[in-house]
Amino acid sequence: MLKIENLHVRVEDKDILKGINLEVRAGEVHAIMGPNGSGKSTLSNVIAGRPGYTVTEGRILYQGRDLLRLTPEERVWEGIFLAFQYPVEIPGVNNTYLLKAGVNARRRHQGLPELDAMDFMRLVREKAKLVELDPSFLARGVNEGFSGGEKKRNEIFQMAVLEPTLALLDETDSGLDIDALRIVAHGVNQLRSPERAMVLVTHYQRLLDYIEPDVVHVLADGRILKTGDAALAKELETRGYDWVRKEAGI
Amino acid sequence: MNTLKPEDAARQEYRAGFVTDIESDTLPPGLNEEVIRHISARKEEPDWLLEWRLSAYRHWLKMREPHWAHVEYPPIDYQAISYYSAPKAKGDGPKSLDEVDPKLLETYEKLGIPLREQEMLAGVAVDAVFDSVSVATTFREKLAEAGVIFCPISEAVREYPELVRQYLGSVVPVQDNFFAALNSAVFTDGSFVYVPKGVRCPMELSTYFRINASNTGQFERTLIVADAGAYVSYLEGCTAPMRDENQLHAAVVELIALDDAEIKYSTVQNWYPGDERGVGGIYNFVTKRADCRGARSKVSWTQVETGSAITWKYPSCILRGDDAVGEFYSVALTKMRQQADTGTKMVHLGKRTRSTIVSKGIAAGMGQQSYRGLVRIARGAEGARNYTQCDSLLLGDKCGAHTFPYIEVKEPTAIVEHEATTSRIGEDQLFYCRARGIPEEDAVNLIVNGFCKDVFNELPMEFAVEANRLMEVSLEGAVG
Ligand SMILES: Nc1ncnc2c1ncn2[C@@H]1O[C@H](COP(=O)(O)OP(=O)(O)OP(=O)(O)O)[C@@H](O)[C@H]1O
Ligand SMILES: [Mg+2]
Repeated sequence: MLKIENLHVRVEDKDILKGINLEVRAGEVHAIMGPNGSGKSTLSNVIAGRPGYTVTEGRILYQGRDLLRLTPEERVWEGIFLAFQYPVEIPGVNNTYLLKAGVNARRRHQGLPELDAMDFMRLVREKAKLVELDPSFLARGVNEGFSGGEKKRNEIFQMAVLEPTLALLDETDSGLDIDALRIVAHGVNQLRSPERAMVLVTHYQRLLDYIEPDVVHVLADGRILKTGDAALAKELETRGYDWVRKEAGI
Repeated sequence: MNTLKPEDAARQEYRAGFVTDIESDTLPPGLNEEVIRHISARKEEPDWLLEWRLSAYRHWLKMREPHWAHVEYPPIDYQAISYYSAPKAKGDGPKSLDEVDPKLLETYEKLGIPLREQEMLAGVAVDAVFDSVSVATTFREKLAEAGVIFCPISEAVREYPELVRQYLGSVVPVQDNFFAALNSAVFTDGSFVYVPKGVRCPMELSTYFRINASNTGQFERTLIVADAGAYVSYLEGCTAPMRDENQLHAAVVELIALDDAEIKYSTVQNWYPGDERGVGGIYNFVTKRADCRGARSKVSWTQVETGSAITWKYPSCILRGDDAVGEFYSVALTKMRQQADTGTKMVHLGKRTRSTIVSKGIAAGMGQQSYRGLVRIARGAEGARNYTQCDSLLLGDKCGAHTFPYIEVKEPTAIVEHEATTSRIGEDQLFYCRARGIPEEDAVNLIVNGFCKDVFNELPMEFAVEANRLMEVSLEGAVG
């Protein structure tokens, strides 16, 4: 589904990603772990199409197509979703209205009729229940005055509404209390299916206790230094990252 | 997606830019006492009004055009403007819509303002002013049943001379300022509203102003009186064709609210803004003032300003009665080379008077945007309060936003609060919307509309929808 080949990315004259190779197949869940500043968010952002990143080498194929040629919104229409590490506040813009605009733009692109307000509210209420989001959040401004954990839960809610084919979750578990973590994991597991894939960026094993990954990668210094199965995450939890670096000869 | 050619796109941005081909009766350019006598005679006005006009003209001759605003424009040649233009009517003025020239009805329809009552949104009465004259006023009988007078001001002068004479110029005197003096000398039409004691006006009243003829100034005069305990909500909309020369619009609006009366005055101003190079467009120099004369009276100004090459406009409230309330909610958008210097004046005279100012300025392209607000609290206005919030949003890096707050407090028990912010439209907000599937232009609209929400919420329903749409159209291509 997603194939990244020798990806090099530069941000403001600084090389951040230095030759990433990664393949994610339908039905798989990948976890990406790694030290702060190693380039995990950069990778997620480049996949989602955030402006400001220059790809100097390599390519990204999504469902066999050159992903880098699509605008961010086109990527969403093709089924990609990014849950932000730091969701932004957009004052005055209604949370539900934002989602409705997105869902309907995608439906237009797919040649489907737009959802009217009634149908959309039904969908939204159902999904809000799924992630145990209090309906009062639906009518508020996008992330306006939400607590850190509420913002993260709102991201998962948006994911549930958009039902992506490829979901990228950038540290959605950070800042969540124990109940919220369980709820978020439940939302993610609900979405798991043989046609879908997920990439979880995380620092902690505790998320992976709920969502068992098929593949675990260590990203450090802009490269994937090691790839393994779920056991690798547990090992990282106890041993940290230094040994991985040494093993890779850095 | 959009398949418009670039030249179409430029034209598409201002959808009200067409010209109506209609025969009109237009005075040659120039201003002198003869012209004023001529206008007055054409309108069959009483002598007192002619004298009033002439005194305004004599004041105006001694006054100088003000240049303290943060706007720049070449000198205006007041002798090159025609001060009267009216679509040629067959005989007398129209008695009913059936007698209105179909071309005029068509013009307003194209602008999205159907004048035929059965096609209208229920509950809005319209007065349509085309160049210098009112061409149609709807729902007059229904209003008359409630005792509400809503008619062209020229008609009010004939039918209700006592009321007009009592209130005209009582809020904005003839010598008030250069543009108000000019307006008083040459005003041609506008709307008059009188809501009697204790009457809640049964529908929204609205006036649509249209400048059509070239080289013509529009000088309308609006006078609204809400008698004790009355309530009225009034909407004003404006458009003009695209022309290469600048056209002058110098209106005066006077509002009077007596004891416990409330007036809600909303404007959606979409005069032609000129093109990207700054050629053409309306010069909008407007004096709007409310006198909250009665105790517990309330006036609320809401404006959405997206048009005009130059806007010079400060809707104000004189809070004279004890416990009077003044409100000003404003959204102003400047793009291309538009310049807006707008804001409000809140003058607190009565005890416990309160005022709220919420101003949202958006600048894009090479637009220049200034908020200018005066809060004056006179000695004796015990317990007066003002709250001002003034936010600017910049789209791009060639535009500018400026804030000029003037605060004069002579009363120690008064409380004045002022908050101001300036922000650039956030790249990360834009990306967030796009990452939820929203195309970039829609995302800009969404964020700008969110920014304006506190003001749009104050608009009557029909206008809020129009304001949203207008912002969308105005923002088309505004962000590079
Ligand atoms: N816009 C930018 N300008 C300059 N440097 C940047 C920019 N964006 C990212 N970087 C740098 O790129 C590096 C990688 O950042 P990134 O956010 O991808 O790290 P991360 O792996 O997600 O870290 P964390 O675990 O702390 O979230 C960091 O050193 C960061 O400072
Ligand atoms: Mg990160």
